Amino acid sequence: MATLNSKIPDGPIAEKWTNYKAHQKLVNPANKRKLDIIVVGTGLAGASLAASLGELGFKVKVFCYQDSPRRAHSIAAQGGINAAKNYQNDGDTVYRLFYDTVKGGDYRAREANVYRLAEVSNNIIDQCVAQGVPFAREYGGLLANRSFGGALVSRTFYARGQTGQQLLLGAYSALSRQIKKGNVELFTRSEMQDLVLIDGKARGIITRNLITGKLERHFGHTVALATGGYGNVFFLSTNAMGSNGSAAWQAYKKGAFFANPAFVQIHPTCIPVHGDYQSKLTLMSESLRNDGRIWVPKNIEDAEKIRKGEIQPKDIAEEDRDYYLERRYPAFGNLVPRDVASRAAKERCDAGYGVGTGKAVFLDFEDAIKRLGRDAIEARYGNLFQMYEKINDTNPYETPMMIYPAIHYTMGGTWVDYELMSTIPGLFVLGEANFSDHGANRLGASALMQGLADGYFVAPYTIQNYLADEILVPRMSTDLPEFDEAEKAVQDRLNKLISINGKYSVDHFHKKLGHIMWDHVGMARTKEGLEEGIQMIRELKKEFWKELKVPGSLDELNNELEKAGRVADFLEIGELMAMDALNRNESCGGHFREEYKTEEGEALRDDKNYTYVSAWEYKGPDQEPVLHKEPLTFEAIKVQQRNYKK
Amino acid sequence: MDLTLKVWRQKNNKAKGKFVEYKIKNISKDSSFLEMMDILNEQLIEEGVEPVAFDHDCREGICGMCSLYINGRPHGPDEAVTVCQLHMRKFNDGDTIVIEPWRAKAFPLIKDLMVDRSAFDTIIQAGGYVSVNTGGVPDANSIPIERDKAELSMDAAACIGCGACVAACKNASAMLFVSAKVSQLNLLPQGKAEAKLRVEAMVKEMDDLGFGNCTNTGACEAECPKEISLTNIARLNRNFYAAKLS
Ligand SMILES: Cc1cc2nc3c(=O)[nH]c(=O)nc-3n(C[C@H](O)[C@H](O)[C@H](O)COP(=O)(O)OP(=O)(O)OC[C@H]3O[C@@H](n4cnc5c(N)ncnc54)[C@H](O)[C@@H]3O)c2cc1C
Ligand code: SF4
Ligand code: FES
Repeated sequence: MATLNSKIPDGPIAEKWTNYKAHQKLVNPANKRKLDIIVVGTGLAGASLAASLGELGFKVKVFCYQDSPRRAHSIAAQGGINAAKNYQNDGDTVYRLFYDTVKGGDYRAREANVYRLAEVSNNIIDQCVAQGVPFAREYGGLLANRSFGGALVSRTFYARGQTGQQLLLGAYSALSRQIKKGNVELFTRSEMQDLVLIDGKARGIITRNLITGKLERHFGHTVALATGGYGNVFFLSTNAMGSNGSAAWQAYKKGAFFANPAFVQIHPTCIPVHGDYQSKLTLMSESLRNDGRIWVPKNIEDAEKIRKGEIQPKDIAEEDRDYYLERRYPAFGNLVPRDVASRAAKERCDAGYGVGTGKAVFLDFEDAIKRLGRDAIEARYGNLFQMYEKINDTNPYETPMMIYPAIHYTMGGTWVDYELMSTIPGLFVLGEANFSDHGANRLGASALMQGLADGYFVAPYTIQNYLADEILVPRMSTDLPEFDEAEKAVQDRLNKLISINGKYSVDHFHKKLGHIMWDHVGMARTKEGLEEGIQMIRELKKEFWKELKVPGSLDELNNELEKAGRVADFLEIGELMAMDALNRNESCGGHFREEYKTEEGEALRDDKNYTYVSAWEYKGPDQEPVLHKEPLTFEAIKVQQRNYKK
Repeated sequence: MDLTLKVWRQKNNKAKGKFVEYKIKNISKDSSFLEMMDILNEQLIEEGVEPVAFDHDCREGICGMCSLYINGRPHGPDEAVTVCQLHMRKFNDGDTIVIEPWRAKAFPLIKDLMVDRSAFDTIIQAGGYVSVNTGGVPDANSIPIERDKAELSMDAAACIGCGACVAACKNASAMLFVSAKVSQLNLLPQGKAEAKLRVEAMVKEMDDLGFGNCTNTGACEAECPKEISLTNIARLNRNFYAAKLS
């Protein structure tokens, strides 16, 4: 049975990564050509990894479900990417970025990984600039920075409100170059359906060609998953419609432990829900909190009148506004971390002070426009304001935006060791799909950093260390019985999905699941709520397999079938999330249990009993998974109660 | 509001396609166009009809996946938005809406409203990059770049690769798309070393893939959801002739 060995290198924290690289095994150029690597995913993590491995001379196959690698969900990231460059001379260091990230994650991340992340952050910016990523610049021609939540320094690099797009296009261009050179082979509109193990090692995948419906087999000496997060469990989220947890879930069922599934991030600044036909939620970048002030009416009667449309926000006098973040957290004000800001918004709305539908608060730029002028605000946030206006039909230059928290990111994911290898030998997991760096809450602008750190600067080394012992393994045939078996299992499941022929569409079930998750496994969790949620998910799962209706056939393009496969997995992921949340009798970061809070309503950790990563092991269908614990030790950082008040 | 939809249905690349008419009721003005399509599909599934296949993913106007030709315009009647950001308030109760796929030789149809745009990837593979490997690059601030240049480069880099420019063009030319990538890189010092090679390789690939010639009609700019400017085409042409002359 697999056990948890995080393989953290010896030595002081600042030297671990250097030591690792100095002693790791390498593969000589002639052997690299003989080694096949499968990379699933072309987001920041997957594209940067595939490109880097191609440059090194490995034979790489890369997969995505969209029609082009450039459309991976990373493209949608708006605000920016962190790095400890200290170009602003405001006191930033690698240690400070490391410290902020561990603290922001509420001391539930693995220290050594986070330090390495902070360490390579600067290389990322250099790399992207060399590729031609058009970051924002000052008049002197040097790079500009902005601030993000949870930090007292300005260390976020950005390209207008399209940072993810520009970083991904950079990685995509590097990937395209390797495709042209023949080092990387690209498979678009291909969805991974299962992982193939041979003698206990990851050796290949089964994919479905989404155009023809054909199942295909691919061998790799090693497999890397960079398939993103599972936030769409909630149906409504800021994720792309196709974002899914299926690849990670297939790996889980083949023996890769799943870590901290309960840790999801709820982003405070999203456009509120407006109707039940709604298909997704739109994020308004956190960078808006640099200049926007968040408030609700101080008097409950005013809130009511606003909701009824009897008065407008501008009718409420300054002294009758409650800038509740500035009030509660004077030191960080509107720039508190996301989990804190989200809960504060929920608290005000639950207490009856919400605006709009009652589930919204104001994000107001009036002061910033007075102070800096409309042009300056337009230069900073023009495209976000435009997006808001297109959706809401109101002009944020004139009347405050309305925002509400929404599911945005999953900190949990496949358990990986320091080398980013899962508990399945030869299976590496990168980017949002793994659990490693953000603990119980991720700071803004650090997912892009992590994706690119993993793909450009970490996994190309650690995968080599693994492959150095595989050089004598010849390319294997995909006619091996292990491939037969895996393909057959996939075929059976697809047959089953299409032949249920029940009454309800996939979306019907997905929406139901989303409601259960939001109400029971959302921003405020309780023991009873979670227990009830688990029961409800189990019921829904049964109903799904009895009443699902998937039109069309298997051997053609079939969007409903694709969605059905993903939702079938979400039903199981949701259950594990609830179980993990139930197990964790504390509040930390994005995981808030009503039973565990301070008198002021802040999250109350239980460091004595819960300073560990929960890593769940699959035991078979309808069996209880087994919980393993990776204890977290903090040597370079003193564990404290998070405090954003002073 | 209640609407009549005329939707292009085609089972696959080989089958013959045709318009099919659907009625749809009670659509909220606040829903997006694609949410309206979701509702249509739910209705079709209920009736036992195969839902309409269309591409989409981010639904935020950034991935470039959505691609519907609505009432004769790529991305529909609103200015500077993709279909996923188009809202039903742009239509009126009782309207008939005609929905087609992108039509261009270099974008073969896959099913219903979905087309294959991998030709765009092939063009980028021909030269849409700066040839640097991971690692061993200079410090980011060692290359100062005039702010105006950086902004112009960013304007061009905003292209989402949706292909509306091709769909809008009577010649199905990919000039706006290609010029955006060439401009982004050739404007920056990092891209200068390969500027000539890049423009030649990308233009050649575009021609080889069967995209038409640019005759400066400007239809692409008018329909581009990211407002990519025709000045990029002028810049590409300058780069291209300079490369030919040298
Ligand atoms: C709206 C929004 C804004 C954000 N803004 C920021 C920000 O400003 N700063 C920041 O740091 N972070 C931000 N984030 C978070 C960040 O964008 C993501 O966490 C990060 O981009 C994830 O990258 P990734 O490479 O891990 O995965 P993704 O980009 O999600 O890529 C996943 C890839 O896997 C492929 N894939 C998935 N499943 C399969 C399968 N079964 N078979 C084959 N292929 C598959 C997909 O095709 C895709 O190529 C934002 C997120 C959102 C939603
Ligand atoms: S130039 Fe405009 S229309 Fe053409 S692909 Fe780019 S964004 Fe789309
Ligand atoms: S769905 Fe991504 S741009 Fe429209």
